[in-house]
Amino acid sequence: MSADIVAAPVRRPRRRILGPVVLYATMAVLAVPFVYPLLWMVFSTFKPIAEIYGAANLWPNRWTTEALGKIFTVNPLLQQYWNSLYTSVVITAITVLLAAMAGYAFARLRFPHANKVFLVVLSTIFLPVEVTIIPIFRWTAELGLLNTHWPLIVPMALGPKLAVAVFIFRQFFLSLPRELEEAAMLDGMNRFSIFWRIVMPLAGPATATVVILTFLNAFNMYIEPLVFIRSPELMTVGIGLTRYQDQYGDPLYNAQLGATSLTVLPVLLVFMFAQRQFVESLTRAGLKG
Amino acid sequence: MAHLTDSPRRAPRRASRLASARREAALGAAMVAGPVLGALGFGIAPLFFIAWYSLHDWQPLAGRFDFVGPANFVELAGSKTFHQSLLVTGGFVIGVVLSETVVALLLATLLNRRLRGIGVFRAAYFAPVVIAYAAWALVWDYLLASNGVVNSFLGLLGITGPDWLNSPSSALVSVILIVLFKGVGQNMILFLAALQGVPRELTEAGELDGAGGFGRFRHITFPLITPTVMMVLILTTVGALNIFVPIQLLTHGGPGGSTNVISYYLYEVAFRQQEFGMGSAIGIVLFAVVLALTLAQWGLRKRWVHDER
Repeated sequence: MSADIVAAPVRRPRRRILGPVVLYATMAVLAVPFVYPLLWMVFSTFKPIAEIYGAANLWPNRWTTEALGKIFTVNPLLQQYWNSLYTSVVITAITVLLAAMAGYAFARLRFPHANKVFLVVLSTIFLPVEVTIIPIFRWTAELGLLNTHWPLIVPMALGPKLAVAVFIFRQFFLSLPRELEEAAMLDGMNRFSIFWRIVMPLAGPATATVVILTFLNAFNMYIEPLVFIRSPELMTVGIGLTRYQDQYGDPLYNAQLGATSLTVLPVLLVFMFAQRQFVESLTRAGLKG
Repeated sequence: MAHLTDSPRRAPRRASRLASARREAALGAAMVAGPVLGALGFGIAPLFFIAWYSLHDWQPLAGRFDFVGPANFVELAGSKTFHQSLLVTGGFVIGVVLSETVVALLLATLLNRRLRGIGVFRAAYFAPVVIAYAAWALVWDYLLASNGVVNSFLGLLGITGPDWLNSPSSALVSVILIVLFKGVGQNMILFLAALQGVPRELTEAGELDGAGGFGRFRHITFPLITPTVMMVLILTTVGALNIFVPIQLLTHGGPGGSTNVISYYLYEVAFRQQEFGMGSAIGIVLFAVVLALTLAQWGLRKRWVHDER
């Protein structure tokens, strides 16, 4: 008891000064493997090829912009960027529309076997892409749609990823109070108008979650274009990054790192400005890419 | 008398209620049609189809699609490559799940305090989660080269690092580390939210009772966040079983099959060797493993998860 009283004033101040310093230092050291790779990638774009390996320095010893021109000429990166962008936008638009409607119906409307039907949709979310891609590959080949963007868009907009979005919207609509809808119903508004004009405008948070999640999933797509696409100009950026070689087949390190930086930086920039939204979205949905 | 006057008024009302219920059912069915058909077409149906394909010797290049019964599964059961793949998958999943859970908990505990600028660190740990897996893996390919940045750092400390991704003894660990740094931020945030939900009075009570930091964590905090631990375990396990990009991009399952996880092996057999029947058989095994592990973890939750709501 008395030891406690004596010890307390000695211990507290030391903790207050040392504690934060140790904490900051620990957190900074731990941040290295998360941040250094990204910084190194950006700075190495401006290094000559010979400087990429053999040293740990971040800052180029000799700055060069020789890689910048090659980023777009060695590989049609701009076209691939556009491919990724427009397929992602289409997938996201379809997903939001279908998932919001279905989520609302599952949350509010009474129709036969609603719960069983919901479970069927939900049961697909853990299906690995590697499993479903074989039949989808066969169907695509039979339809003559290999090397087009159809097999990238349709399965992702309608498959297991859509089920996740439906789940997010349903949970959100279940958490909304019913009073507004009941009032609108007494005014004689029909169910679909209630959904579209009253409930959807309130669904901003769920919509943002689904948009961020779906867009990132689509933009970062990898195995699908690898399997379905052959032509470089139809590729998406993720695969395009692996195609940086000069005409002799030698890798163009700095150009590749530059292209990688260009695919990563816009996403990181949006992330920095909408950090809270991103963090909430990706964790609320929970599923890993 | 009242009875007689009442009924003609009630009947049309009931009819209109019935009509509106029917309208609601039709609207409901229409609104869920897209995702339901999608789930059937691009989720459930493919499962039945690969089950069917797995019973075939299907090699499109040779123009072959012959029914062979369970021959593919028999071949897998005796295949050394497949045995190794299962072992590697086991090691990979355990490594990823353990490291991601433990590191995420540590980071969340570190971040769970009021301190100026702590948001910057949270953002830093989370940043790799949002970027393309291909980009992340590609950068680490450079960093982990035998004369790459990591070994240059180690060289400054007088350590000669291995050729991380190209030697059988370190390749799997290297991939696990790449996966860890890519995904741990997501689990960290889940834990952080859970930790912030632990009432401060409880941990303070523990402190007054003389429990040390670790004791408080073990006996007070951890039991309260077990539902989140459960969720993290399931999600990380499923994610680890689906791993593809870093393996395809960095090691192609090698060297010597040391990183040949089952999800990559499937791709290799189906799409590179063009043996789709065998690939489908591996797909069935992969699906069975995902299902079994998810159900097992879910079934075990009653044993140790607190306050199952």
